[in-house]
Amino acid sequence: MSETQSIIAVRKGKSGVERTMNLLFLLCGLTAVVCVVFMTLYMVVAGGPIIAKVGFFDFVFGRTWNPENSQFGIFPMIVSSIAATGGAVLIALPCGVLVAVFLAKLAPDRIAAALRALIDLLAGIPSVVYGLLGAILLVPLIFNLQTALRLPTSGNLLAAMLILVIMILPTIISVSETAIRAVPKEYEDAALALGSTRLQSIFKVSIPAAKSGIVAGIVLGTGRAIGEAMAVIMVAGNAAIMPTLLGPVRLLTTSIPIEWAYSSGTHRDALYGIGLALFVMIMAINTIFRKTLKKGGAFDDG
Amino acid sequence: MTGEVSRQTVITVKKRRPLETLLYAVILVVSIGVVGLTAFLIVYILIQGIPAISVKFLTTAENPILKTVGIFPSIVNTLYMVLFTLLISVPLGVGGAIYLNEYAKNRRLVGAIEFATETLSGIPSILYGVFGYVFFCVLLRLNVSLIAGVLTLSIMVLPILMRTTQETLKAVPQSYREGALGMGATKWHLIRTILLPCSLKGILTGVILSIGRMVSESAALLLVAGGSAMYMPRGNLFEQMSHSGSTLSVELYRYAMSRGDNKTAFGIAAILIIIVIALNLLTRFLAGRLNR
Amino acid sequence: MKGNTEIQKLRTEDLHLYYGDVHALKGINMDVHSRCITALIGPSGCGKSTFLKTLNRMNDTIPSVKITGKVILDGEDVYGKNVDVTVLRKKVGMVFQSPNPFPMSIYDNIAYGPRVHGQKRRHELDEIVERSLTSAAIWDEVKDRLKKPALGLSGGQQQRLCIARCLATQPEILLMDEPTSALDPISTSKIEELIYDLKKEYSIVIVTHNMQQAARVSDYTAFFLLGELIEYDTTNAIFSSPKVQQTENYITGRFG
Repeated sequence: MSETQSIIAVRKGKSGVERTMNLLFLLCGLTAVVCVVFMTLYMVVAGGPIIAKVGFFDFVFGRTWNPENSQFGIFPMIVSSIAATGGAVLIALPCGVLVAVFLAKLAPDRIAAALRALIDLLAGIPSVVYGLLGAILLVPLIFNLQTALRLPTSGNLLAAMLILVIMILPTIISVSETAIRAVPKEYEDAALALGSTRLQSIFKVSIPAAKSGIVAGIVLGTGRAIGEAMAVIMVAGNAAIMPTLLGPVRLLTTSIPIEWAYSSGTHRDALYGIGLALFVMIMAINTIFRKTLKKGGAFDDG
Repeated sequence: MTGEVSRQTVITVKKRRPLETLLYAVILVVSIGVVGLTAFLIVYILIQGIPAISVKFLTTAENPILKTVGIFPSIVNTLYMVLFTLLISVPLGVGGAIYLNEYAKNRRLVGAIEFATETLSGIPSILYGVFGYVFFCVLLRLNVSLIAGVLTLSIMVLPILMRTTQETLKAVPQSYREGALGMGATKWHLIRTILLPCSLKGILTGVILSIGRMVSESAALLLVAGGSAMYMPRGNLFEQMSHSGSTLSVELYRYAMSRGDNKTAFGIAAILIIIVIALNLLTRFLAGRLNR
Repeated sequence: MKGNTEIQKLRTEDLHLYYGDVHALKGINMDVHSRCITALIGPSGCGKSTFLKTLNRMNDTIPSVKITGKVILDGEDVYGKNVDVTVLRKKVGMVFQSPNPFPMSIYDNIAYGPRVHGQKRRHELDEIVERSLTSAAIWDEVKDRLKKPALGLSGGQQQRLCIARCLATQPEILLMDEPTSALDPISTSKIEELIYDLKKEYSIVIVTHNMQQAARVSDYTAFFLLGELIEYDTTNAIFSSPKVQQTENYITGRFG
């Protein structure tokens, strides 16, 4: 037993390489945190002053946006953003859930796989391409409607909504499908055994059980819709007025790139202010998202 | 006889359930509608766009005097942007995921990092644009430039890379870690020789998803990297990166919105769609199965 | 205890282990003798695997674990200051419950340990690989396909490969955590033979919940129950005349 090795370290502590790598990985992990802190900080630093100057109430609830006259009311944009997003979600939700049911429960496996691939593709199409398609295909269609109703033809809220519907559909479909698939098969079997039909078991048992997942899909879709800028710019007409379904609208997101190039001074500050308002809205939605996800998690564990 | 009457039989004539049939029909119509629409849109873009694509279109810059269009500069800008963004974000994202999965013991720190990553993935690109402009272009004096675009994109794709890497790391069997540590391997050795090789596929998937995001991106880049792509790329890489320049997506926006040149816009759209399809097939190929 | 005539390799003194609030090991005092096979038996959850992992500090990777007491290996405290865990684990090798070859070639699996510890020369690696595989009685089966993936081997072969991989770092003690529980009877008997052969050169501690296995291969047997070491003696003594009633109950199959 004379050849037995000692386990006492030649050098003290962990080796240098080990410690360096540990530190490096920690720094990588902290990058995300640092980015969020800096983003929050600089959104407030950049957007705060104009809101303080105009006054919170006049900025958020002011109805006139006229930078040349130093009128910075973003209420029409907030309402338009909410209208476009809300409308898009209202249309996309039933469609998305029905497609999710089809993919998860009714379609044969191979067909479902092919369709899923196509829908994945839909999610990857750049927003500017959607904008282009909307401007070329959708807006002219709505022109006909506007002409028939003797309204001036222009980009409009309806077009913005429909483009957003297509953009958030993949999200809602895939999240809902995952949620529906996660429902234990026994639930449905139990319903079938009690004599309900296939569809009854799906709509009365599976969908209610997948509710929290579907809600997560809605919130995720809402986040995506409210943050979309480029596709909407190309179809929405972009007048900063209170929204009507067939009239031009301007959302919070679209105001920034539209006026960016020719803004300076207070005007640019006001765009930062819009950015801050949007940032706050997105953060609120994300918080809701996290809460619903947690509830969903509780269900999955159970 | 009376017993016979009251007994239910399972071979009855199929009950008609009009509501049920209607619901089936609705599901089918909506599904076919969504899928048909997707297919139509993709085919439409390709049909409208492919005629605009020519060798000259791909290899020259726009010439306002000769009134010719060409997207070579934005192709080069896009490639540079993708390359440099990956150089920054891949080490950060993979490293961060490794930290979360292999090193972190402090739950609050893990919570903070995961919260931050989720938050980053929920922030819309236009806000990345505003932040990137205020922080990189103004505060760090990088001006509106490709390099400011690279830095902004690096933050945008960080959550994608972290999430995909973390998922693959989680899929590496715990027994590999035990085996290696049990033989006296240090953590870094374990990561280098086993964890990274095992999660290569997943990291590549993350890289491809990130490339997709960068190629699609327009709102943020319009603000931080600027619009014009009229000039041919400069010889000096550093000089090229410190000037403004548009990627393909931004260029599409510019042609469609400020020029109303839809033919060129569709040409670019077709190229983008082809890239998106290619990236999509690549991830599927990596996932080891063409059909899920 | 009878072990005094043999050389003591490893000793634990008042070893306690806590998983958060759970007291998983309660004051274990135990000697492991050199070039003997020591079997740890007991119902599942009794702490025998946990105990095994304290011996080469594999519990270090679990954040909530707290350990008090001493593990003395050749006169040095395993939990003492300045211990190089990598050297400790080189000296105290471990074989796991289910075979865990790395997703690389057979050759690279065996060479993994030596490479960890700085061996780079091709010639010597070749030698180590052959020697280790021969000691683990698997050389003849794999010598023609050293470059093939290790995951292509059968379960029993994989486990012998893992033993070979462990031997390649030239350990002095082998810890085996139910090494045959995932294997078929034929592979199990091959591994048991191998373990019996290995005791000529190594001190072996093996966790098993198969009492016949403990009786067949080991020289000493320790019976654990609810985190306590109930009885520790030569295998003969434990199986023929246990001193504690609980041991007898367990061995005769009244619980567990």
